[in-house]
Amino acid sequence: MQTDTRVAVDQTTNSAGGAVTVLRFAGDISSTSRDAVLGTYQGLAKDAHKRILLDFTKVDYLNSSGIALVIQLLLEAGRNEQRVQLFGLTPHFRKVFTMVGITKYTELFDDEGAAVASFD
Amino acid sequence: MLMTKAESVEVKLPSVLGFEKVAMGTAASAARLMGFPEDRVEDLKTAIAEACINAMEHGNHFNDDLRIAVTLTLRDDALEVLVADKGPGMKNAPDSRTQIAPPDIDKKMHGEEPARGLGMFLIQALTDEAEWVVGGPEGGSYVRLVIRLKKEN
Repeated sequence: MQTDTRVAVDQTTNSAGGAVTVLRFAGDISSTSRDAVLGTYQGLAKDAHKRILLDFTKVDYLNSSGIALVIQLLLEAGRNEQRVQLFGLTPHFRKVFTMVGITKYTELFDDEGAAVASFD
Repeated sequence: MLMTKAESVEVKLPSVLGFEKVAMGTAASAARLMGFPEDRVEDLKTAIAEACINAMEHGNHFNDDLRIAVTLTLRDDALEVLVADKGPGMKNAPDSRTQIAPPDIDKKMHGEEPARGLGMFLIQALTDEAEWVVGGPEGGSYVRLVIRLKKEN
Protein backbone atom coordinates (compact mmCIF):
# COMPACT_ATOMS: atom_id res chain seq x y z
CA MET A 1 0.00 0.00 0.00
CA GLN A 2 1.43 3.36 -0.98
CA THR A 3 1.40 6.12 1.56
CA ASP A 4 1.54 9.67 0.41
CA THR A 5 3.56 12.52 1.92
CA ARG A 6 3.35 15.85 0.21
CA VAL A 7 5.54 18.82 1.08
CA ALA A 8 5.72 22.38 -0.14
CA VAL A 9 8.40 24.93 0.74
CA ASP A 10 7.23 28.48 1.39
CA GLN A 11 8.96 31.64 2.50
CA THR A 12 7.66 34.27 4.87
CA THR A 13 9.19 36.90 7.12
CA ASN A 14 9.01 37.72 10.78
CA SER A 15 8.23 41.22 12.03
CA ALA A 16 11.91 42.16 11.83
CA GLY A 17 12.00 41.19 8.17
CA GLY A 18 13.98 38.02 8.79
CA ALA A 19 13.43 35.18 6.35
CA VAL A 20 11.42 32.23 7.67
CA THR A 21 11.19 29.01 5.66
CA VAL A 22 8.03 26.95 6.04
CA LEU A 23 7.90 23.23 5.19
CA ARG A 24 4.22 22.48 4.72
CA PHE A 25 3.50 18.78 5.06
CA ALA A 26 0.30 17.09 3.97
CA GLY A 27 -0.97 13.50 3.97
CA ASP A 28 0.95 10.87 5.92
CA ILE A 29 4.21 11.14 7.81
CA SER A 30 5.54 7.64 8.42
CA SER A 31 8.62 5.51 7.71
CA THR A 32 8.13 6.01 3.97
CA SER A 33 8.33 9.80 4.34
CA ARG A 34 12.11 10.04 4.70
CA ASP A 35 12.66 11.76 1.33
CA ALA A 36 9.77 14.15 1.84
CA VAL A 37 10.79 15.14 5.36
CA LEU A 38 14.58 14.81 5.57
CA GLY A 39 15.22 15.08 1.85
CA THR A 40 13.34 18.35 1.59
CA TYR A 41 15.08 19.74 4.66
CA GLN A 42 18.50 18.63 3.41
CA GLY A 43 17.81 20.34 0.08
CA LEU A 44 17.71 23.73 1.79
CA ALA A 45 20.95 25.71 1.81
CA LYS A 46 22.11 25.68 5.43
CA ASP A 47 23.28 29.28 5.51
CA ALA A 48 20.21 30.70 3.79
CA HIS A 49 17.57 29.02 5.97
CA LYS A 50 18.25 29.75 9.60
CA ARG A 51 14.61 29.92 10.74
CA ILE A 52 12.45 26.97 9.77
CA LEU A 53 8.84 26.13 10.53
CA LEU A 54 7.28 22.69 10.13
CA ASP A 55 3.58 22.95 9.28
CA PHE A 56 1.49 19.89 10.28
CA THR A 57 -1.89 21.51 9.64
CA LYS A 58 -2.73 19.21 6.72
CA VAL A 59 -1.14 16.02 8.06
CA ASP A 60 -3.75 13.27 8.26
CA TYR A 61 -1.65 10.49 9.75
CA LEU A 62 1.49 10.51 11.84
CA ASN A 63 3.14 7.56 13.58
CA SER A 64 6.26 6.93 15.66
CA SER A 65 8.44 6.44 12.58
CA GLY A 66 7.26 9.83 11.35
CA ILE A 67 8.03 11.37 14.72
CA ALA A 68 11.50 9.83 14.50
CA LEU A 69 12.03 11.65 11.18
CA VAL A 70 11.13 14.92 12.89
CA ILE A 71 13.67 14.13 15.63
CA GLN A 72 16.32 13.48 12.97
CA LEU A 73 15.48 16.77 11.28
CA LEU A 74 15.79 18.60 14.60
CA LEU A 75 19.12 16.88 15.25
CA GLU A 76 20.53 17.96 11.88
CA ALA A 77 19.13 21.47 12.26
CA GLY A 78 20.78 21.77 15.66
CA ARG A 79 24.13 20.80 14.17
CA ASN A 80 23.59 23.37 11.41
CA GLU A 81 22.70 26.11 13.91
CA GLN A 82 19.20 26.47 12.50
CA ARG A 83 16.13 27.09 14.66
CA VAL A 84 13.10 24.92 13.97
CA GLN A 85 9.60 25.43 15.38
CA LEU A 86 6.45 23.38 14.79
CA PHE A 87 2.81 24.34 14.35
CA GLY A 88 -0.51 22.85 13.35
CA LEU A 89 -0.34 19.62 15.33
CA THR A 90 -3.63 18.28 16.67
CA PRO A 91 -4.06 18.33 20.46
CA HIS A 92 -3.41 14.58 20.47
CA PHE A 93 -0.07 14.88 18.71
CA ARG A 94 0.92 17.92 20.78
CA LYS A 95 0.48 15.58 23.73
CA VAL A 96 2.46 12.79 22.05
CA PHE A 97 5.32 15.10 21.05
CA THR A 98 5.44 16.38 24.61
CA MET A 99 5.43 12.82 26.00
CA VAL A 100 8.46 11.80 23.95
CA GLY A 101 10.35 14.92 25.01
CA ILE A 102 10.62 16.79 21.72
CA THR A 103 9.51 19.99 23.43
CA LYS A 104 12.89 20.09 25.13
CA TYR A 105 14.38 20.93 21.73
CA THR A 106 11.64 22.85 19.93
CA GLU A 107 8.35 24.62 20.59
CA LEU A 108 4.86 23.67 19.43
CA PHE A 109 2.51 26.45 18.33
CA ASP A 110 -1.17 26.42 17.49
CA ASP A 111 -0.83 28.41 14.28
CA GLU A 112 1.60 29.92 11.84
CA GLY A 113 1.28 33.45 13.20
CA ALA A 114 2.36 32.45 16.68
CA ALA A 115 5.16 30.27 15.30
CA VAL A 116 6.53 33.06 13.07
CA ALA A 117 6.32 35.51 15.99
CA SER A 118 8.51 33.18 18.05
CA PHE A 119 11.40 34.14 15.74
CA ASP A 120 11.06 37.86 16.55
CA MET B 1 -24.27 1.49 23.39
CA LEU B 2 -25.49 -0.90 26.11
CA MET B 3 -24.12 -4.40 25.66
CA THR B 4 -25.60 -7.42 27.35
CA LYS B 5 -22.42 -9.40 26.70
CA ALA B 6 -18.96 -8.73 25.37
CA GLU B 7 -18.91 -8.44 21.61
CA SER B 8 -15.89 -9.15 19.45
CA VAL B 9 -14.71 -7.86 16.11
CA GLU B 10 -11.77 -9.38 14.28
CA VAL B 11 -9.79 -7.89 11.43
CA LYS B 12 -6.98 -9.66 9.58
CA LEU B 13 -4.45 -7.48 7.83
CA PRO B 14 -1.60 -8.08 5.39
CA SER B 15 1.83 -7.34 6.82
CA VAL B 16 2.09 -4.25 4.67
CA LEU B 17 2.57 -0.75 6.01
CA GLY B 18 -0.51 1.36 5.58
CA PHE B 19 -2.98 -1.39 6.46
CA GLU B 20 -2.69 -0.42 10.13
CA LYS B 21 -5.11 2.36 9.19
CA VAL B 22 -7.82 -0.26 8.66
CA ALA B 23 -7.38 -1.39 12.28
CA MET B 24 -7.30 2.22 13.46
CA GLY B 25 -10.57 3.00 11.70
CA THR B 26 -12.28 -0.14 12.95
CA ALA B 27 -11.15 0.44 16.53
CA ALA B 28 -12.15 4.09 16.40
CA SER B 29 -15.63 3.15 15.20
CA ALA B 30 -15.99 0.59 18.00
CA ALA B 31 -14.74 3.04 20.63
CA ARG B 32 -17.17 5.74 19.49
CA LEU B 33 -20.04 3.23 19.63
CA MET B 34 -19.02 2.53 23.23
CA GLY B 35 -19.06 6.20 24.10
CA PHE B 36 -15.34 6.92 24.38
CA PRO B 37 -14.49 10.63 24.31
CA GLU B 38 -12.59 11.76 21.24
CA ASP B 39 -9.27 12.24 23.03
CA ARG B 40 -9.34 8.59 24.13
CA VAL B 41 -10.26 7.51 20.59
CA GLU B 42 -7.11 9.29 19.38
CA ASP B 43 -5.03 7.55 22.07
CA LEU B 44 -6.45 4.21 20.97
CA LYS B 45 -5.79 4.88 17.27
CA THR B 46 -2.13 5.67 17.90
CA ALA B 47 -1.64 2.69 20.21
CA ILE B 48 -3.21 0.28 17.71
CA ALA B 49 -1.24 1.73 14.81
CA GLU B 50 2.01 1.23 16.69
CA ALA B 51 1.06 -2.31 17.75
CA CYS B 52 0.15 -3.25 14.17
CA ILE B 53 3.34 -1.76 12.72
CA ASN B 54 5.45 -3.64 15.29
CA ALA B 55 3.62 -6.87 14.44
CA MET B 56 4.13 -6.35 10.70
CA GLU B 57 7.79 -5.40 11.03
CA HIS B 58 9.21 -7.35 13.96
CA GLY B 59 6.73 -10.24 14.08
CA ASN B 60 6.01 -11.01 10.44
CA HIS B 61 9.01 -9.23 8.88
CA PHE B 62 6.70 -7.67 6.28
CA ASN B 63 6.06 -11.13 4.80
CA ASP B 64 3.13 -10.69 2.38
CA ASP B 65 1.96 -14.23 3.08
CA LEU B 66 1.54 -13.63 6.82
CA ARG B 67 -1.37 -11.73 8.33
CA ILE B 68 -1.73 -9.98 11.62
CA ALA B 69 -4.95 -10.53 13.53
CA VAL B 70 -6.52 -7.64 15.40
CA THR B 71 -9.28 -8.66 17.79
CA LEU B 72 -11.39 -6.03 19.53
CA THR B 73 -13.48 -7.12 22.50
CA LEU B 74 -16.07 -4.57 23.54
CA ARG B 75 -17.01 -4.75 27.22
CA ASP B 76 -19.24 -2.45 29.23
CA ASP B 77 -16.33 -0.63 30.81
CA ALA B 78 -13.40 -1.19 28.47
CA LEU B 79 -12.17 -2.09 25.03
CA GLU B 80 -9.59 -4.88 24.85
CA VAL B 81 -7.38 -5.21 21.80
CA LEU B 82 -5.21 -8.17 20.80
CA VAL B 83 -2.74 -7.72 17.95
CA ALA B 84 -1.26 -11.10 17.03
CA ASP B 85 1.54 -11.97 14.64
CA LYS B 86 3.49 -15.10 13.72
CA GLY B 87 6.79 -14.07 15.27
CA PRO B 88 8.46 -15.61 18.31
CA GLY B 89 7.84 -12.55 20.45
CA MET B 90 10.30 -10.57 22.51
CA LYS B 91 12.76 -11.90 25.01
CA ASN B 92 11.91 -10.41 28.40
CA ALA B 93 8.67 -9.06 26.99
CA PRO B 94 7.10 -6.38 29.20
CA ASP B 95 4.03 -7.50 31.11
CA SER B 96 1.27 -5.30 32.45
CA ARG B 97 3.34 -4.46 35.55
CA THR B 98 6.45 -3.38 33.67
CA GLN B 99 6.90 0.34 33.28
CA ILE B 100 8.54 1.12 29.94
CA ALA B 101 10.95 4.01 30.33
CA PRO B 102 10.27 7.13 28.31
CA PRO B 103 12.58 7.69 25.35
CA ASP B 104 15.90 9.38 26.11
CA ILE B 105 15.40 12.40 23.90
CA ASP B 106 18.84 13.78 24.75
CA LYS B 107 20.54 10.66 23.39
CA LYS B 108 18.34 10.72 20.30
CA MET B 109 19.03 14.40 19.72
CA HIS B 110 22.76 13.85 20.04
CA GLY B 111 22.78 10.85 17.71
CA GLU B 112 23.78 8.49 20.52
CA GLU B 113 20.80 6.20 19.91
CA PRO B 114 18.44 5.77 16.94
CA ALA B 115 15.62 8.27 16.63
CA ARG B 116 13.23 5.34 16.23
CA GLY B 117 12.11 3.11 19.08
CA LEU B 118 9.19 5.13 20.41
CA GLY B 119 6.38 2.67 19.67
CA MET B 120 6.26 0.51 22.78
CA PHE B 121 6.52 3.52 25.07
CA LEU B 122 3.63 5.19 23.27
CA ILE B 123 1.52 2.03 23.35
CA GLN B 124 1.89 1.74 27.11
CA ALA B 125 1.58 5.45 27.80
CA LEU B 126 -1.62 5.84 25.79
CA THR B 127 -3.47 2.81 27.15
CA ASP B 128 -4.54 1.64 30.60
CA GLU B 129 -2.93 -1.80 30.25
CA ALA B 130 -0.38 -3.18 27.81
CA GLU B 131 1.40 -6.50 27.83
CA TRP B 132 3.41 -8.42 25.28
CA VAL B 133 2.70 -12.16 25.35
CA VAL B 134 4.70 -14.98 23.78
CA GLY B 135 2.64 -17.90 22.51
CA GLY B 136 -0.68 -16.95 20.98
CA PRO B 137 -3.61 -19.31 20.32
CA GLU B 138 -2.27 -20.08 16.84
CA GLY B 139 1.41 -19.83 17.77
CA GLY B 140 3.29 -16.60 17.35
CA SER B 141 2.85 -13.85 19.89
CA TYR B 142 0.55 -10.97 20.64
CA VAL B 143 0.21 -7.67 22.41
CA ARG B 144 -2.84 -7.11 24.60
CA LEU B 145 -4.09 -3.59 25.19
CA VAL B 146 -6.92 -2.37 27.39
CA ILE B 147 -8.39 1.09 27.26
CA ARG B 148 -11.10 1.89 29.78
CA LEU B 149 -14.08 4.15 29.42
CA LYS B 150 -13.06 5.85 32.64
CA LYS B 151 -9.37 6.61 32.36
CA GLU B 152 -7.12 5.37 35.13
CA ASN B 153 -4.67 7.90 36.50
